[in-house]
Parts: sequence; C-alpha cells; structure tokens
Amino acid sequence: MPPTEQAPDREVAPPLLEVRDLKVTFAGRIGLGAGLLGRKATQSRAVDGVSLQLRRGEVLALAGESGCGKTTTARAIMGLEPPKEGQILFEGRKISKGLRAYRRKVQMVFQDPTGALNPRQTIYESVAEGLRIHRIHHGPNGETEQQLVARALSRAGMRPPERFFLNYPHELSGGQRQRVVIAGALVLDPVMLVADEPVSNLDASVRGEILRLLLQIRDDLGLAILVVTHDLGLAWTIADRVAVMYLGRIVEIGPAEDVLTRPLHPYTKALLNVVPEAGGLDRPILTGEPPDPTRIPPGCRFHPRCPEVATGAARAAGVEDRCRGEDLGLMELRPGHFAACHLAAVTVGEGQAISSSQPKR
Amino acid sequence: MSLLSVHDLFVNYRTQGGPVPAVRGVDIEIGTGEVLGLAGESGCGKSTIAGALLRLLPTGTEVTGSILLNGEDVLGMRPGRLRAVRWTETSIVFQGAMHALNPVQRVGEQIEEAILIHHQAGEREAHVRVGGLLEQVGLPPRRIKDYPHELSGGQKQRVMIAMALACNPSLIIADEPTTALDVMVQAQVLKLLKELQRDLGLAMLFITHDLSVLIEVCDRLAIMYAGRIVEEGPAQSVFYESAHPYTRALADAFPAIGEGRFRKAPSGLPGDPPYPQDLPGGCTFHPRCPLAFEACPHIDPRLFDVGPGWRAACLLVDSAKPVLEAARTPGSGP
Repeated sequence: MPPTEQAPDREVAPPLLEVRDLKVTFAGRIGLGAGLLGRKATQSRAVDGVSLQLRRGEVLALAGESGCGKTTTARAIMGLEPPKEGQILFEGRKISKGLRAYRRKVQMVFQDPTGALNPRQTIYESVAEGLRIHRIHHGPNGETEQQLVARALSRAGMRPPERFFLNYPHELSGGQRQRVVIAGALVLDPVMLVADEPVSNLDASVRGEILRLLLQIRDDLGLAILVVTHDLGLAWTIADRVAVMYLGRIVEIGPAEDVLTRPLHPYTKALLNVVPEAGGLDRPILTGEPPDPTRIPPGCRFHPRCPEVATGAARAAGVEDRCRGEDLGLMELRPGHFAACHLAAVTVGEGQAISSSQPKR
Repeated sequence: MSLLSVHDLFVNYRTQGGPVPAVRGVDIEIGTGEVLGLAGESGCGKSTIAGALLRLLPTGTEVTGSILLNGEDVLGMRPGRLRAVRWTETSIVFQGAMHALNPVQRVGEQIEEAILIHHQAGEREAHVRVGGLLEQVGLPPRRIKDYPHELSGGQKQRVMIAMALACNPSLIIADEPTTALDVMVQAQVLKLLKELQRDLGLAMLFITHDLSVLIEVCDRLAIMYAGRIVEEGPAQSVFYESAHPYTRALADAFPAIGEGRFRKAPSGLPGDPPYPQDLPGGCTFHPRCPLAFEACPHIDPRLFDVGPGWRAACLLVDSAKPVLEAARTPGSGP
C-alpha cells in the first residue's frame, strides 16, 4: 500500500526511515512424502506489504500478537532478513547499498540481554566490540576507545562507568545487563534504535527505568526508536505513534493517543479489550488464534475473527461482502490516523478518507 | 476453618554458598471457593511457596512452620498420604504448558492417567470423564486423540487445566498459568479459569509477576518482596490504593491505557531486588523506596493493619505510629 502514509503537505523533512510495501516470505514446512512427490512448500507470508515511516526523534511502537510479523519487519529493517519485495530507504537511500555504514547508524536492542551478551566477555569488551568491528579507534573529537565506552555506559545509566568495566554479565542484574546492551548500541553514535521487546524479559519494577532510559536517549540524542512490542501499555508510556500489525500487515497506524484511546480497527479494539484490568474479563474476547501465514484469508484478512462481521454490524452497514471479498490497504480516516477496515471507512465517514484503498492482486 | 492455612513458613534452600532464605515467615489463609493472588518479582519466593505447599521442593530444602490443608498437616504427612492429597485435594497448573505434557502420549491418555492413578474411576468411566473435562475447558472432544504438538500453546494450557481438574480438587495452585501465552490467548485462558473457579466453587492460589492479571481474577491479593508478604488485602484496595510503596510501584508498572499520568511517563523503581543471601537491614525495601525515611534502615516492619482484612508492612501506615514512637524513645527497643 505504497502512497498511503504520505501526507506531503504535513511533513517537510523527509523521513529518516521509509519502508515501502515490504514483503518477506519464508518457505513453509512440507512433509517428506509430498516433498518426494515434487510438491513445493507453500510460502509463509510473514510480512505481506508493510509501509511505514519513522522521523528523527520519533518513537514508533510496532505492536501485535506473536506471529503477526512485527519482529520479521524489524529484522528486515536491520538488513537481517532479505525482503522479497518492497524497499527500505534510510535517509533517502536503499539500505542494501552501504549496509555496513547503515548498520553503524542503526542499532538493535534485543529482548534477552543475557543471550545478547557474551558471558566470557567483560562489560568493557562487550561495549567496545561494536567500535572494534567498525574499526573506530577514536571518537569524532579524538576521544579514546576507553572514553567512548565510558560515555556510552554512562549514557545508559551505568554510573560510574569505570566501576563496571571489568565485570562479567553474570555479576549484573537483568536491568543492568539490558543497560549494557543499550550502551553497546549507543557507543556507535547511532541515529536510530530498533528495540525488540526491550523490557519483556525484565522484572516489572525494573521495566519502567529502562523505558525511561530509552525516552531520555531520544530526548538527549535525538534518536529515532522503533519499539517492537506485544504490550500496548508499553506503547502508551513511550510511543509517539503506534502501528498495529495483524497477519503480516499494518492494520492501523497513527498518533498513540488517537490509536489507543479512539481505535478504528476492530482488531486494535480487541487487543485493547484484553489489556488486563479489573472486570476486564467481562469484555468480549476474540476466540481462536491468528491463522497461519501460509493461508491468509481472502478479503480483509481479519474478517474470519472480526466481531463486527460476526455480530452483523458489517452487514448492517452494507460492507460485509467487501469484508469477505475485497482486500484493502490503509486509509487515512482521521488526520494522521490510518486504518484498513471497510466498516470504519463507512462509519467514520467516506468523505474523510483522504487516500482510498487500492485493491491488491 | 480455612481450606489452606499456612503459618510462619520459612524455606531455606541449601546451596554450596550456604543456606539461601527464599521464604522468611509467611502466613497465608485461603477459604473454600476463594481466590488469592500472590504477586512479586522473580526471586521473591512466590514459586517456592507453591512448591512448599505440596512438598515439591528439592530434597534437603529446609521447610519450617505449618501448612494445614483441610486441617491436615502437609509437612508431617507420610509419603502415601501425600501422594493421595496431591491432585485429589490440590493440583497445580504450571507455567510451561508446552513442556509439562509428554510429547509422545496422546493428551487424552495423559489426563486419564491422572484419574486412574488416583483410583478415581475405572478405565471406561475415566475415558468418558476425559471427554467431559475437555469440553469443560473448551476443547472439542475429538482432541482427545491429539498429541501435544498438534495443539497450540493456549490449547495445551487448556489440557493442563483439564488435567488439574481431573480428580476434583478443592484447591488449584496456578503458577504463572498464562505467562508464556499471547495476550489474546492469555485473556481466553484467564476467563476460562475464572469461570471454572466460579462454577465449581474452587479455591485458587494464583501466582504471577503480572499484577494486572491478578486484579481480574482474585478476591484478595498478597504482594511479596524478598521472601515476605509486604501487603495483603482485598484485591481492589491493594491494587488501586496500595498502602505499601512497593505495591504502588508494581501496580504502576502496568499502566492503564488512556490515563494521562502514565502517558510518556514510564515509572519504575531504581535498583534491583536484593539477593536473598544479602538482604538490607531494617525494611528490606528501603534502599529502593521512594518514601524511605530515617527509621526505615533500622526497623524491620511487621504487617500493620490498614483497613478491614488489609495489612501492609510499612512504617508509613498509620497503625505503625506506636512502633515508631517506641523506637524514638531512648531505652526502649522497636
């Protein structure tokens, strides 16, 4: 859905990162018998047409259930997963050109800090590793490697940094390890961070501090941050914008306040319904689990589970046939707030739909 | 009489580095049909309590205090009696549903096994019973013939729940039953547990690190920190009007979407939970506490009354004033 998320009149500066109609597929599994008979495995469309933009200094949360393609999207953005189709532009250039320089500017923070750190390396070595890989011996102002490492650790909240240089990961707590991972990213002076579930492996009381650190890094250094998360509460506490993914596509994207308090897509509403709170179990909960990405339903990919279709609301609005038969892209239904829903397009008002859906395939 | 009554429970793990006090004096009461939520961070001792209740801890672990289940002392039970009590009176739903099932046995047989071992029914009757149990947990009876790998994570957890119900226990211990599941499936499983609990009049001890999950299913909440319960009371009061600063911080770690005070303002506590071998003096929470004052490093607070059936181990609670004043008067100890 290429041009949908562009509103040329609103944004003057070009986005830092632009993903256009990204598709990533994996070969599906196939039985031995079928394989011997020469049958090909069905392709699993993990990411099936994702477009998004990220501006400097912006925090975008990419949310959804496991298997929705959010991590694969993040990995493709990092250049770790080859796209089948689509483009990823960084500062206006394709990332496939000059991947090494790109990887210096864009750093990733993984979910599990214990797995991300080499247990046999000291904290100093772990943080300095990026510098060594990129053969950076001095900072832009002539800083030594040691000064760069100390500055990164200190920015990540490990103070005084020298105290931790000779520690090993097992001597630190989970929260401190994640700070070291973040320091390892910051040491290269990146302009963008991709954080995949940065706090879900941490204890509840420690999470807030790590999230606050991410926000502070953004404020101090002007970094753009893409946060991949299953937790909409996390999106509420740190994100400027939220994108909700379902079965390989973004089904809703917009300003966090708007998406999380006035959602347009029934899937977003369903996700918000299951954010735990008192009495929440009395609210409707979607049944079943997301379908397998080798068999994406026709029409709107959410329609088999959509409560609006099941309750007849879609029929009453006269869109049920389109829900079942017509694939759709994102439509701007409120300023800066896009959703891929036939029903929302009608109920929010056709007139407000600035860019229309384009049927696919 | 309570269904489960735990008094002054201490658990010390034996390690090469000396004993590790994982639970340090815990009292728990659960009445028939009541749901108690036990929350805390990793290492606070909550899963140790679950293990202690059915004596599932490693041999050599030192457990003292009393655990009365239906008035019967669990710690003094002979092995035969203990085996009978496990599953028929109290069963456990574990966190890792994915790994708790035998991968090479059909799930129906695994549920049936529990019924047969405990002589709850003959083979034919047990078979019928399994079908009924699967239906009860929302799985089609044809799933009886499935192997675990044919089921999704949520379905496996449903099988685990069916298994826990197989021998009609009066108490279910659910240790992080939804942690490994996706949000939507987590909500489905929680709803199922709540409905079963209500319909069957089950008592439940619901253990998790996710306080927001507990508020949906529990009547009462107990919050643990460093091996002790630091606040206990009616679920709503504890979550929304927390008397202990630690409970407040834990509750705020699960922000309400749409609420302005959480927007762009993640809240957390500085520092990390203490190691059980190296606990701070006085109140164990004081080094991380945003409200700590001069008395906190010196006085180890017991649970003070906050309201009816609601207690907190914090010197800031009104009913702690006499203790504070006694400490200030020279010559008298805390």
